[in-house]
Amino acid sequence: MALEPILTARGLVKRYGRVTALDNADFDLYPGEILAVIGDNGAGKSSMIKAISGAITPDEGEIRLEGQPINFRSPIEAQKAGIETVYQNLALSPALSIADNMFLGRELRKPGIMGSLFRTLDRGAMEKFARDKLSELGLMTIQNINQAVETLSGGQRQGVAVARAAAFGSKVIILDEPTAALGVKESRRVLELILDVRRRGIPIVLISHNMPHVFEVADRIHIHRLGRRLTVINPKDYSMSDAVAFMTGAKLPAEAIAA
Amino acid sequence: MSETTVATPASQPSQGSQPSQEFEKVLTGSATQVASFDTHDKTAIQKFQHFLHGSPSAVPLIVLVMSVAVFGIILGGKFFSAFTMTLILQQVAIVGIVGAAQTLVILTAGIDLSVGAIMVLSSVVMGQFNFRYGLPPAVSVLCGLACGALCGYINGLLVARMKLPPFIVTLGMWQIILASNFLYSANETIRSQDLARDAPLLQFFGNNIRLGGAVFTYGVIAMVLLVALLWYVLNHTAWGRHVYAVGDDPDAAELAGVNVKRMLVSVYTLSGLICALAGWALIGRIGSVSPTAGQFANIESITAVVIGGLSLFGGRGSILGMIFGALIVGVFSLGLRLIGTDPQWTYLLIGVLIISAVAIDQWIRKVAG
Repeated sequence: MALEPILTARGLVKRYGRVTALDNADFDLYPGEILAVIGDNGAGKSSMIKAISGAITPDEGEIRLEGQPINFRSPIEAQKAGIETVYQNLALSPALSIADNMFLGRELRKPGIMGSLFRTLDRGAMEKFARDKLSELGLMTIQNINQAVETLSGGQRQGVAVARAAAFGSKVIILDEPTAALGVKESRRVLELILDVRRRGIPIVLISHNMPHVFEVADRIHIHRLGRRLTVINPKDYSMSDAVAFMTGAKLPAEAIAA
Repeated sequence: MSETTVATPASQPSQGSQPSQEFEKVLTGSATQVASFDTHDKTAIQKFQHFLHGSPSAVPLIVLVMSVAVFGIILGGKFFSAFTMTLILQQVAIVGIVGAAQTLVILTAGIDLSVGAIMVLSSVVMGQFNFRYGLPPAVSVLCGLACGALCGYINGLLVARMKLPPFIVTLGMWQIILASNFLYSANETIRSQDLARDAPLLQFFGNNIRLGGAVFTYGVIAMVLLVALLWYVLNHTAWGRHVYAVGDDPDAAELAGVNVKRMLVSVYTLSGLICALAGWALIGRIGSVSPTAGQFANIESITAVVIGGLSLFGGRGSILGMIFGALIVGVFSLGLRLIGTDPQWTYLLIGVLIISAVAIDQWIRKVAG
């Protein structure tokens, strides 16, 4: 098994005015794993994830995808490189339909002259694809794939966002609090989906405050504290209270950086 | 890295099928019924509300049909003639074309107060380039169109790159463009007979087709074709869907993979180009090139858009609604004039319509609430 990380970050620094959100943060993601990222509010988890997903550009530091240095200036570039992200705010357009949302920014055009010259969207293909992905996910029963996203419940919206990422992420999928808005049953479905995506060989970064979920699915846990990586632990070796103690600063990990 | 176990697909069997949390064990016995939508016990009014939510241009269409019917009953054949009906179309042609430009901008949650000024400046450029510099009419028209697109492009740059509010940008540009228009033209009108003699191309949109009593000017036909084209673009191309997405939630659109800045610049540029087209049609409508024409095009276009049920907060509505809105205003103006009332009644009623349109919009949106 190749143990070269697929995605690495070294010495990331991001300052917002006088606030340093990222202070020499490091990050490693290995092929086929589920890496959980935990940390207190304001620890810089989101900034680090945004740097990796192209939503912000770090002031310093280097990110490498499959060994190649990358420098995303927008989320579009990260998506083209195969990194899909489900943001906490889901990044859906409320007035657009489910199918339109799933394909936003990468619409399919009709074959032949209608697509190439008149740039007509292939509604049928997009709707079929969206419907397939949603039923694969089993998260919801959507009656009408053309209904506006704003008419869906919070959990259904989350389902649409997760389905979009799972459908298009080819190298890395990043999930920021994917179960925060979901009920017990729906959370279970999302966790199953996460494991299913890993089975397909795509590594996942999972940001969550839900310790039982993190300990259940994660292969490794990246603990973020004060803008940098404090340590990486194996969930089999530590308890949930240890992890909480590390991330809140109640306890320091025995070894410096366990990686 | 040695102590890190990286799970491979094979090494770890699925945990998903067996809930591992204690409290989730009971899930196996849970009801399999999924949340379903109530479809039966909806009242007729609720159904209507849902229908309107799904078809945003239905309200103005209903109002249009009703107002035509009411004026038809009051005025009879005087109103219900092919000539009167097509006269209304001729009177709304300019507002309809400018309204199309305004629709694009308002769908992105912006507003363009400079549409009328761009229209007039473009028409002046078309006229003066021909009469002052002796350029062929076709080249002058192209220069006028380019002038409109350039004005729109500047608007777009200021909104997208400088992040200035569209209201402020276009309020400033309105003054700048209008002043440039008067400075450049020296407030000089090019007479209709001169145009007809030297550059009939400029009056192209004034030509018409007659079918019995009906008179369709090329300007009317251009408006219909333009709205049809934009309807297609907005609903059936990626660019059109992105216009809605940007107006709906620009941050979400950006994260989902839409280049919001480029979209805004392209929308404002296209809006400027359409205004220049309106400028060309304006020459056809009034016959001459006048720097003082079309003073109220910006307010009239916003009125058409609002009565047409488009949301000023962006992302909602249909361009067809805008054209229905423009026609409603046209029907009211002409109908009331034929009845012989004080024209102020028209403005009063249009004011009522604007406020009602927004009130209905709020009610429809409660569907999503």
